Parts: sequence; structure tokens; C-alpha cells
Amino acid sequence: MDEAVIRAEGLTRRFGTFTAVDHVSFEVRRGEIFGFLGPNGAGKTTTIRMLLGLLEPTEGRAWVLGHDATRETARIRPRIGYVSQRFSLYPDLSVEETLRFYGAAYGLSFPRLADRIPALLELLGLTGQERRLVRHLAGGWRQRVALAVALLHEPEIVFLDEPTAGMDPLARREIWSLLYRLAEQGITVFVTTHYMDEAEQCSRLALIHNGRLILQGAPTELKAMADMGRVLEIAATPLDRALALLRGWSIFPYVTLHGARIHVYLRAPEVSLEEIRRRLETAGLESISVEPVAPSLEDIFLWVIERERFDPAG
Amino acid sequence: MNRAIVRVEHLEKRFGPVRALMDLSFMVDEGEIFGIIGPDGAGKTTLLRILAGVIRPDAGSLRLFDRDLLRELERVRPLLGYMPQNFSLYGDLTVRENLLFFSTMYGASDPAWMERLLHFARLERFLDRRAVQLSGGMQKKLALIGAMIHRPRLLLLDEPTTGVDPVSRRELWDLLSEFHLQGVTILVTTPYLDEAERCTRVALMHRGRMLAIDAPDRLRASLGHPVIEIIAQPIMGVHAALRDHPGVLEAVILGDRIRLVVREGSLSPEDVEEAARGIPGAIVQEARWAAPRLEEVFAHLMHQETADG
Repeated sequence: MDEAVIRAEGLTRRFGTFTAVDHVSFEVRRGEIFGFLGPNGAGKTTTIRMLLGLLEPTEGRAWVLGHDATRETARIRPRIGYVSQRFSLYPDLSVEETLRFYGAAYGLSFPRLADRIPALLELLGLTGQERRLVRHLAGGWRQRVALAVALLHEPEIVFLDEPTAGMDPLARREIWSLLYRLAEQGITVFVTTHYMDEAEQCSRLALIHNGRLILQGAPTELKAMADMGRVLEIAATPLDRALALLRGWSIFPYVTLHGARIHVYLRAPEVSLEEIRRRLETAGLESISVEPVAPSLEDIFLWVIERERFDPAG
Repeated sequence: MNRAIVRVEHLEKRFGPVRALMDLSFMVDEGEIFGIIGPDGAGKTTLLRILAGVIRPDAGSLRLFDRDLLRELERVRPLLGYMPQNFSLYGDLTVRENLLFFSTMYGASDPAWMERLLHFARLERFLDRRAVQLSGGMQKKLALIGAMIHRPRLLLLDEPTTGVDPVSRRELWDLLSEFHLQGVTILVTTPYLDEAERCTRVALMHRGRMLAIDAPDRLRASLGHPVIEIIAQPIMGVHAALRDHPGVLEAVILGDRIRLVVREGSLSPEDVEEAARGIPGAIVQEARWAAPRLEEVFAHLMHQETADG
């Protein structure tokens, strides 16, 4: 279960003077859903392209299923599947025709396809949709067909580049439940996303920012990171005065307005919430409440990204 | 504080056979940060373009600042700042030149205000950099302060944070908070549910309709069903067993836990824990009450909508 099926060591890619991926190292274990999180332009797709052997790294190496991702592509390809961000299906083919077409293109035999197609339709919840034309399918359903195509040859790892981008919450939820189903079958899922709230869905994840890997681990591990300190939610009237006051207070490295309340990071463990409340009261503010809130994964990411700025000594 | 400065009634917009906006009605009070959250194709951009006076609706009434937008656009327009989703900057111009251009366009020249905007956006150091050479996050910030250059009273922002990095996303929200505290009313669209918390009120939008409009904590409370969270392995097996349990309306895996929306009074965490222990080979870590997530509310409303029609 702990076998690393993907390993990247110091993986780097430059385009001219621009470093798209900067010394990225990580491991993905068999059967896990590994989330690769980051904004547009962070280097997610470039990393995938290197893992797939489509792009040569400028520096560093990657191994996929024990083979060198750049030099042994031919040995890796048959064992992996890939759904790119702009994977386009033929709009005039039906779901079943699409699978038969790609199956033939992959060189799968007819008997194998006859087994494989119904199994995939079942797995992806496409049974009953066989005859529908791809062009009549909504985004979420097309994504399932694309996924079915990527799974035709029974790959051990499937790479999905932003499978949920732009989708509604129900469609996103369905894609994620499919990913769990794949993982349950022992298929390793490498998935990229720019939705920070999808971080929670992964068994492990890595956050990439400006080409650099900032953080990796299981969501619960990351949340337990000790040096995050506390996040407090503060309400007080008038809000703008409270905000100005808290901003001038050195124990809070970060103060931000959160709807009708204020969020602060508190690093000084010796400061009590009662003390904060008292000081706000002394300053003449009213309706004061100071409550701890659980840091979100995004809080933690921001903390790590900006740790240098918050805490130059540490 | 509570004057409605946006009043939209029965707004309709079609593009050929597509009904992009269907009978949309809502109000936004002065001083609000009003978030419109929805996936691609919900109609967010169409709505903002109509409010900005860029395109005309097919039907419905539209009052901004107590004026009919369609009849008095010239009088309303100076009060509006609009940031479209697509790149609205001149790539070949520097940061300074872009802002000067926006100032000239709006006939607003206030160097001190421009300095303050640059300071808020932390762009002072990049004055002479061409817009194309800014990072995505910085481009968004520049476009945002460009929309603020003529001191509008209402900001219309179309997905300012989509695809930007977490640091820029936070800086953009800090900027919005700054404008909010200065009394500017903000209407902002986003595909990210987690940004709802930043807004005073939120509209959940899907396929041309608003499914719900309320303050984020009230929206969460509106789910109307309790939620139980259980951490147990093997997660797929436990999920499959609990999903069909009577009383469970919905069971969704969220990372290492299963979230169950249950019928009021039907199941307690103890019941769920017991049911899970009855599954051969299952190891239960804990089961507890949990607060509804906005994503669950959205999904629930979408289910209802499908069921109704």
C-alpha cells in the first residue's frame, strides 16, 4: 500500500528565463488520491506533462511505476491514463461509439473491449447513456466519458488535469465520488485543481505556488501543523475601528475582514482571548465577541507561503 | 445604511434558445458585499454585464440608485465601477499609464486618490512595469483599482479571484474589504463557495436562477436537516452501508470522513456509530454532529429544483 508509484526529485522546467516548475519533489503511493493544488499558471500542467514524458525536465528526474519518466516513456504509457484539461471528444459519436473508437485506437482486442466497455459504463454510472451523442451531454457527463476513455486499457495510474473546473457543486461531487471509486479499485489518482476546498477530498495533497512545492501531506496532518497558531474570529462595533485597532497590534501577524467579522492569526500562546476582549472594550468598542475558529487548509497554505514575511527570524 | 441601491425585478435574458437569466429578482442594500456564487454557465457574467449597462435585458426592471438603468444610463454610469472577467488592461502600457488612461476616460483626475489606490493594492513598486509583465494576481489588482479610479459608489466585479493564487486571492479580498469599509457597495461573482464567508449576503446561482439569497450563516442554517460526520474505515464500505440506511437523506465522502444529511429526529451520532460498527471489518473512529457546509446547501437546493421541475 505504501509503494511509491510516482516519484519526482528536484523536477524543474524552465521556458527561457521563466521557471515554470522549480525543484519539485514528491511521492505518490499506490491507491491514493493525490491532489496537486495551485492557481492557474502555478506549474500544475507542466508537472503532469513531465510525468507523462511529453516534456523533458530541465533538471531533476521523475519515475513513474519504477521507470524513468523521460527515457522509458514507452514502458510507462500502456500503464497510465490521462484526461487533459481540454480533452475533446467527437461530438457526433455516441458514448459507446466513443469507447469503441478509442479502444480500437489503443489496440484493444474486440473480446477485451466487449468485456471492458460495459464494465466501464457501470463503473462511471454511464449505463443507459450508451446511445446518447456526446454533443448532447452536459459538462459533467462528458467528463465521465473522457474518464472512461482514459481507463479503457486498465491503467494503474490516471492523471486528471482540472476535472472539476467550472462545474456546479453536484457535478463536482459526482466526479469526486467517481475518484473514490477508482481509488477503491486500487487505481492511483493524480488530480489537479484550483479549488482550495477540494483539498479536503484528497488522501494526500501538494500545494504548488509559483512553480514551487510549498506543502504536502494528508489534510489532517497539515491541519495539525503546530506552528500555525490560532485563528480567531472577532466581532465588534464599529467594525472599521476594530479593524484599525487590531491591525496596529503586533501579536497579530495577519488581520482581515471576513464578512461582518474579523479574522486574525494569533501566534502568541500566552495571550488569552479574555485579554483581547478586555482591550477592545477599553478602546470603547461594543458587542464584542472573540472566538477561536478551526484554521482552514487555505489558512495553513497562506501561513506557510508567507511564513517568511510573518516571521523573518523563524 | 439600508437603502436598496440595486433593485432587480423579473429580469430575463435569452441568447437564441438559451434562457441565460430567468425571472431574476433581488435587491442589494447600500454598503453590502453581495456575493453571487455559481458554476460556469449560471448566468453570473450576463447579469453583471446587464447591471453595467453593457448589454440590455429582454424583460424586467432594473433600478440602480433609484434610477431606471435602461433610461438613465448616462446618469448612473459614473456611479458604477465595472471589472469584467477578461483582461481589461492595456498590456503594452505600464501600471501608471493604465491608471492614467482610466482616469482620463472617466474624466477623473485625483493624483492623491490614485496614490492611495496603488498603496492599497501594493503596486507602488511596479509603477513602470508593463501590464503584460505583471503576475496574474497583480493584473487582477490593477484592473480592480482601475475600476475604482473614479470613486464609484457601486463596484461590479466579475470573478476577480478565479484561478489566482491564494496570496493574491487574499489580497484582492483585503482590497475589497478596504473599499467596503469606505462605504462602497460591492457586487462580486465567484465560482468558489468558500468565498461566501467574506460576503454580507450571498446568492446561490444556477442555470439562470437564484436558488437562495441570504447571509452565509443563515444559508447554512437553512439546510433544515442535521448533519452527522463519521470517520471510519474502510470508507467506501461504510459509505455504501450507511447510504441506504433509513433516515439518511444523503451520504457524501469528504476525504477521510463521511458526511450524512439525516432526517430530523431519525438518527443520532450514536446510532450512526452503532450502525457502522455492525459492518463487518469496519473500524469507527468517531461520529459527531457537524455544521452544514454551504456546498451541501447548494447541492440540496439543486436536488429540490430538479425534483420540482
